Formats: sequence, C-alpha cells, structure tokens
Amino acid sequence: MSFWEILKFAVKGVSANKLRSALTMLGILIGVAAVILLVAVGNGSAQAITSQISALGTNTITVMSTNRGGTTNTSLTTEIADALKDPTLAPDVKSVSPVVSASGTLTYDGTDHEISQFIGTGTSYLGAQSYRMDRGVAFTDADVAQGRRVTVIGQTVAEELFEGVDPVGKQVTVGGALFTVVGVLAEKSSSGVQDSNDLAIAPLTAVQQTLAGYGSLSSIVVEATAADRVTAAQNEIATILDQRLKVEDGGTAPYRIQNASQLLETQTETADTFTVLLGAVAGISLLVGGIGITNIMLVTVTERTREIGIRKALGAPRRVILTQFLAEATILSLTGGGLGVLIAVLGARFEIVGVQPVIVPSSVVLALGVSVAIGLFFGGYPASRAASLRPIDALRYE
Amino acid sequence: MTTAVMNRMTETKPALEVQQVRKVYGEGEATVHALAGVSLTVDRGDYVAIMGSSGSGKSTLMNILGCLDIPSTGRYLLDGVDVSRLSDKQLALVRNRLIGFIFQSFNLIPRTTALANVELPLAYAGVKPAERRKRALASLDMVGLADRAGHEPNQLSGGQQQRVAVARALVTEPALLLADEPTGNLDSRSTEDVLKIFDDLNAQNRTIVLITHEAEVGARAKRLIRLFDGQVRSDERNKR
Repeated sequence: MSFWEILKFAVKGVSANKLRSALTMLGILIGVAAVILLVAVGNGSAQAITSQISALGTNTITVMSTNRGGTTNTSLTTEIADALKDPTLAPDVKSVSPVVSASGTLTYDGTDHEISQFIGTGTSYLGAQSYRMDRGVAFTDADVAQGRRVTVIGQTVAEELFEGVDPVGKQVTVGGALFTVVGVLAEKSSSGVQDSNDLAIAPLTAVQQTLAGYGSLSSIVVEATAADRVTAAQNEIATILDQRLKVEDGGTAPYRIQNASQLLETQTETADTFTVLLGAVAGISLLVGGIGITNIMLVTVTERTREIGIRKALGAPRRVILTQFLAEATILSLTGGGLGVLIAVLGARFEIVGVQPVIVPSSVVLALGVSVAIGLFFGGYPASRAASLRPIDALRYE
Repeated sequence: MTTAVMNRMTETKPALEVQQVRKVYGEGEATVHALAGVSLTVDRGDYVAIMGSSGSGKSTLMNILGCLDIPSTGRYLLDGVDVSRLSDKQLALVRNRLIGFIFQSFNLIPRTTALANVELPLAYAGVKPAERRKRALASLDMVGLADRAGHEPNQLSGGQQQRVAVARALVTEPALLLADEPTGNLDSRSTEDVLKIFDDLNAQNRTIVLITHEAEVGARAKRLIRLFDGQVRSDERNKR
C-alpha cells in the first residue's frame, strides 16, 4: 500500500468525524495563537517603550535645581548655563540650552487654549530634544539675541487653536504679550502622562521678558556629543557645577542630573520584566494547551482501538495502521497549529490593550513545534500500542 | 503405486489442522481453561458447523483459527503452515489473503460506506483503486447489496450489515471462510439470506467453518462438531 493511499485513508479518517476533528484542531489553535499573541504583546510594549525613550533623545542630560531656599543662592542661572559651554573643562558637551518654563493661556481669534508648557530656551533645545519641524521654521539665534516674540507650537496646540487654519504667521496672545507663530513641530510620541505635543517653544529672552521674569532657570538641557559620551559629559557638568555652586566635598549637591539613558535602562528593565511575565503566562497556556492536545489524542485513538482491531483482522500490517494514525495526528496538529499561527498573525495587526503587538518569530516556531510534537507523540504512541495488540485484544477493547 | 503417491500428495494438506490446542486465561486460582486440548482437521471444500453452549470455548477456537489469537500450547497448521512460527507481518498477510472472517457483531468500520468497507482488505492487499472498486462492487452484488454501496453502516439493517461483512470477507477470495455466529444477531429472513450465500460458496468448493447455537443452522452444514468444556465431544457428518 503506497504512502499516498494511506494519506487518503487518513484524510477520510479525519473527515469521518468532523466535530471531533474540529474540536481537536480548535484546542491546538487556541494554544498556539495564545502563546504567539501573548509574547507579541510583551515584545510590542517593550519596543514601544524603547522607541518613546529614543524619541526623547538619548544624548541629553537634564540639570535641575533642588534648591530648597538655603542661605547661599544655589539656583541655576544663565551664567551657570554659559559656564557649562566650556570646550576645555567639558569637551563632551555638544550644546547647552537654558530652559525656563511657564504656563499660560494662549488666545487666537477668540479661541483659548490652556497650554501645559510654555518653554523659553535657546535654539539648540529643539535638536537636543529631537523635535522636528512640521511646517514653518524654528526661531534663530538672532531671534534669541534680540528677544523677538516668535514661537513654534506643538501639534496639540495647532489643532486646538487653529482648526482648519495654517498657524504659521498668525499671532497669539499669551499673558498679555503677542507672539508670532513661525513654525509647527512635528508630532512626537508621548512618554508617560504628559502630552509632548501640548507645548510652545519661544526664545529664552522673550519668555523671560513677558512671562517668567529674569529669575532662575527651570532646568538646563545639555546634549552630549554621542550616546556613549553621556556619562563623561555628566561628570564634567557635575565638576563645573560643584565649583560654581561651591559644593563642599561630601555635601549634598543642590541640583540633580538626569539622563535619558538612565531612564531607558529603567524602562527597558520594566519592559523585560513584563515580557518575562507574559512569556510565563504563554508557557503555562502552552502547557495547558499541550495537555488538552494529549487528552484528546489519547481519547481519540483509544476510542478507535476497536477499529484498529477490525483493520488488523482484515490483514492490515502494523506499519500501515501506524502510518495512518500518525498521518491523521499530523493533519490535525498541523492544520490546527497553522490556523493558530494565522489567527495570531491577523490578531497582531490590531492593538491589544493599547499595545501594538510585534510577533517574535521564535515564539511561532516554539508554539507550533511544541504543539505538533505533542500531537504527534500522543497521537502516535497509543496508536502504536493498539497496533501491537493481538487483533482479538484490540477488538475486545472497551 | 503412482496413484497412491498422487493421492497422498493431494490429501496431505488439509485446509486446516489443529493439534492438541490449549488456551488458558488468567493465572493461579483464577485460571480458566477455555480450550483443554482440541484436535481437529478440516479438509478443503468442507462445511463445518461448531456448536456448543456458552463457555464451551467455541469462540476461543474460532479466534485461534482466524489468527486473531494464539494458542497457549499446541499447533495450528493453516494450509500446512505452522502459524505460530509466522512473524507479525506474515500473520497480517495470512489474515488478508487466506482467511475471510465474519463476526457476530459485523464489525464494519463506522462512518465509512459499504463499498469502502468491502474495499478495505483489497487496499491492504495493495490492489489498485480502480480494480478494487470493481471487485468490491462484484462482491456486494453477490450478496445482493450492489444498490447499497454508498450507504454507511448505520443506514443499513442488521441483515444488510452482515451481508456487507460477508462481501468484505469474500472480496479477497480466501480459501477459508470463518464465521463466528454470523446469524446470531439476525432475524429469520436475514439468516436465510446469509446461509444461502454460504451454501452457494460451499458449492464453489470454498471451505467454511462457522459457529452457531441454532440447530437449524448447524443442520445446513456437512459436518457438525460439538464442543463441551473446551473439548470436542462429538464430531459427525450430517446426512443430506
């Protein structure tokens, strides 16, 4: 009997009991699809976090004051910011942007918008924070030097204030001062709760004149020359600051330095934990799915022991019976597993609990491999046992 | 002299020969001797009915004759070949080519058409699909069920199912036809149909051995063997 004919027998065997075959395949399908999707969700969220953080700019260092109103004045000033621009003491610093931050209400043509951040800074800030222009242009060094009242606004502000109107060239009022919009920032993915598109950026001098006053800076954003120079740049800054602010050895510094790669590390760790957790859940569902497959395969073959007896009594060689049942198990596991992969791939196109899943190829191989292996073993083993019985024992089997 | 040799040549190979066969089930206290030393010889073209009460060992004997079971001790020669020396593969071949077995409970493969059921032994014998179909249809025609070829077992009556089983047993044209209470589950009309087929087959010189507990079925055979407690109690030829 040729293999092709045995295969036809197997197809007949599978289609002879449609409900049972469908349920077996469903069990395998769910097991495979669940594993692939869960791992994809974990992977997707990890990738989302990484891309958000790299959007923040991994080369940037933020210096913030922790001044609690002590005896000496230790607040950050533009002089300190200028001091950081020192090619000898701080060779790893590419740019320094002093930042003042204010809040206020922007008004245009009778429309109000409460803005979460109105930032006054230098021109290097946009590059350091990886902002790109969508429309118009950024303000220039000349604008900063002369304190011109120009501003670039984020996407959220553009949508809220200028519905259907090109904002470039329009004038907005904030805190009684008029600012001319010269550009709109490209959309940026938000990290965390704050909307990174709900902001306006203007020259430092203009904001100090109109909104923030000439007091201390909110922070200083420093850009390192390269991602691997961040730590070096951070140390150089700390040295300069300690000198300037007269921090004694061992004393607490009145400032805090944060860099994005630290943030990246923490967040990546969180994401990894998440992936491991989901992987564990996926592993358990694969185990449960595997037990389900084991169960239904055992029952299916045991139930057909009598049929195996009949086939043996009619002169079927052991090899033919075994091949038929193995082929049936293969058809069921491969079809079920294949459909599971298909459904997982389709499901991964949609957002699941706010995460865009990204399929990990090895999870597909693992889920499919394990299910098919379990299906084959527990379909093949009892069949092999039944085929080795004497026909009369198989026939009497209840 | 030569004729004597010729006679011996043809006579020395009976269809089947059973020598001192015993079959023991269980161990120790619970030992049951289903067969306690049975010897018998069936010649080619014979039509033997085996009768006996429940527990007399007739089914056990039948299973051994059909190579579905093996004896605990003793020898079973089928067509002059000692079956106990055959490998698993050779036994499959023997069951497929030499023996047609008919069960009391029909034992058709469920959810499979009558035609496919009858084709099955031919498939295992390696016959090509077209040829298989032709022979299976011819066999079904012989039992008068050619028009039911596409029906599944649960769409057939008991008598029809048994006739399908007979067609399946006949399709490989085995020399030996074994039937374990073939009419046990049938009404009188179906019984008559099946027995008529057996008569016709025997007329074509097929060897038939059947088990029955119905006296009228036993009376149709040429030879009647009675079993009692795993031993042959009587062995006589029916007068025709």
